[in-house]
Amino acid sequence: MASNIAMAGGAAAPRPGSLRRFARARSTIAFLMTLPLILIIGGLVVWPAGYAMHLATMNRRMTAYIGLENFVILLENDTFRMVIFQSCFFAIVAVLLKALIGFWLAHMLHHIPTKGQRKWRGMLLVPWVIPPALSTLGWWWMFEPSYSSINFLVNAVGFPSIPWLGSPWWARISIIIVNVWYGAPFFMIMYLAALKSVPEQLYEAAAIDGASSWQRLFRITLPMMRNIISITVLFSLIVTFANYDIVRVLTNGGPRDLTHVFASYAFQVGVLSGNIPRGAAVSLFMFPLLAVVAFFMLRGINARNKEMA
Amino acid sequence: MAQVTLRKIVKEYEGGVQAVKGIDLDIADHEFVVLVGPSGCGKSTTLRMIAGLEEISSGDISIGGNLVNDVPPRDRDIAMVFQNYALYPHMSVFDNMAFGLTLRKFPKDEIRRRVDNAARILDITPLLDRKPKALSGGQRQRVAMGRAIVRDLKVFLFHEPLSNLDAKLRVQVRTEIKKVHQTVKTTTIYVTHDQVEAMTLADRVVVMNHGIIEQVGPPQELYHHPATRFVAGFIGSPAMNFLPARVEDGAVHLHGGAVLPIPPNRRERYAPAVGRDLLFGIRPEHLTDQRLGLTNRADILITPEVIEPMGMETLVHFHLGEARDCCARIEPTVQAAPGVPLMLTVDMNNMHLLDAATGRVL
Repeated sequence: MASNIAMAGGAAAPRPGSLRRFARARSTIAFLMTLPLILIIGGLVVWPAGYAMHLATMNRRMTAYIGLENFVILLENDTFRMVIFQSCFFAIVAVLLKALIGFWLAHMLHHIPTKGQRKWRGMLLVPWVIPPALSTLGWWWMFEPSYSSINFLVNAVGFPSIPWLGSPWWARISIIIVNVWYGAPFFMIMYLAALKSVPEQLYEAAAIDGASSWQRLFRITLPMMRNIISITVLFSLIVTFANYDIVRVLTNGGPRDLTHVFASYAFQVGVLSGNIPRGAAVSLFMFPLLAVVAFFMLRGINARNKEMA
Repeated sequence: MAQVTLRKIVKEYEGGVQAVKGIDLDIADHEFVVLVGPSGCGKSTTLRMIAGLEEISSGDISIGGNLVNDVPPRDRDIAMVFQNYALYPHMSVFDNMAFGLTLRKFPKDEIRRRVDNAARILDITPLLDRKPKALSGGQRQRVAMGRAIVRDLKVFLFHEPLSNLDAKLRVQVRTEIKKVHQTVKTTTIYVTHDQVEAMTLADRVVVMNHGIIEQVGPPQELYHHPATRFVAGFIGSPAMNFLPARVEDGAVHLHGGAVLPIPPNRRERYAPAVGRDLLFGIRPEHLTDQRLGLTNRADILITPEVIEPMGMETLVHFHLGEARDCCARIEPTVQAAPGVPLMLTVDMNNMHLLDAATGRVL
């Protein structure tokens, strides 16, 4: 009898202590410890993103579901097509320049002695630590066409004044200049760390193998830095693509809406013009573009991580 | 293949620190020379100067009869195997080995032929497509050697190539290095701090200390006829025993009181040392319980402090007079115990007398 009861109990109810074991499992504890972060990310990223997707399918008054009509209207709009071009042009050119200048600065810094290096590194990082809205205001003054310092220098070397923010292409170049000035130090510091992590013996081995300094750069340094280069380019591409403050402060999208990027245009359409669903649709355009780039870059990084020590 | 000549080589760093203090060395064609010494003795700096990775402060380095003082590493016709292997992690084993040839624009089939040949010598053919991360320490070491072999050069330089391997693998790779040298016969300069590596690999050993060369010679000569106290103490493990002594009446008088008669054939040699402060040097293997067949021997009674059975032999540690931590090697069958007096025999044919002041062997 007693054994019958025990058997029945063992089969029907959960084993004694299994709940306690579940609570004590490493995975459960890990999940519970990361739960606050998951909630924060859910609240601040996933929910707004989901809400933006929902909004983008609504009419202007947000009273009726209209499917993908907002996206269709946007793609038929000349200004929006220009925004796509300007966003891509701005992001690609700015990221390329930031990567090149950042690498050049890192390479120069890497070859000066540690004592002086710290001083230079600190000075070169200054643009990156100033709030961009503030520093862009400084640039805005400097780009002022009549009495500003940049045109003063341009005139001093014998050229006529440049309408920095008045003509579309100069305005685009100005935005890129400010973005590169602000973002290159980030690349520099990342590349400097990457350069320092390349073992000196690899360069010595390459020197003995017969590599010139250019060959060492292209056959050793750059391949060894490929992951860092990919990660920084990807990260910067995302941030630059979604840039808002520089355009907003420097040109406010002008002249004639020709310097808008996705974020500033979304703000203009959604907030300033009061069409929140269409503004949400503008901002959602960035997502598929960046997702594709991120997918391929991260896949490459993962593959290289697996095969390199 | 070629000879390497160093003439009055000095390396002085900023602040006047001299790492190498004017050394002269002639290395013959096909020779395997090992630079050995403790940390900071200047052996690595010397090797790096030969490689061209370190500038020389003064002196001349010639490789194959050509002065190479100002020749960059890539034009010195040398290859170097580094302590950490220095394999390019982003390249396959094949590309690592082919890198030097690719840079010199060798035809593709020639590169393939040479890499395959080197891979066969080193037994790494199945690994050619792998990345260095997928190799064990010993395999990486062989790839690093392969990188040197493919280029068919004048001189191979090895910089502590076995330091990162475990003890068992070290012995195995050491043998392989020797085999490779017997096959390829390239002039080889090898730096190590391990005197066992030096003894087992070298045609000639160069013992360095404090930036100077203490002695150059074949391993056996260094072992049996060291020139200085440093060499006598550095070569051989456990190290040679040094006991304060004086020479009087054709015998060595140890400060502890023991009197050891000098073999007749050496008496004349040691005659000028009579009355001076000396060190009596004897290796542990010449201080044993073995009496048979020794023509010139002297017995001393010691009290063992520590007994270390090694299997094939037993080490006995004791102190004798002022000399602390003396060591003797006895047969493992001998029953020795700490504190129990033991009679040992000194093989006087293998004794050394050193000047206590200069450290020179007399």
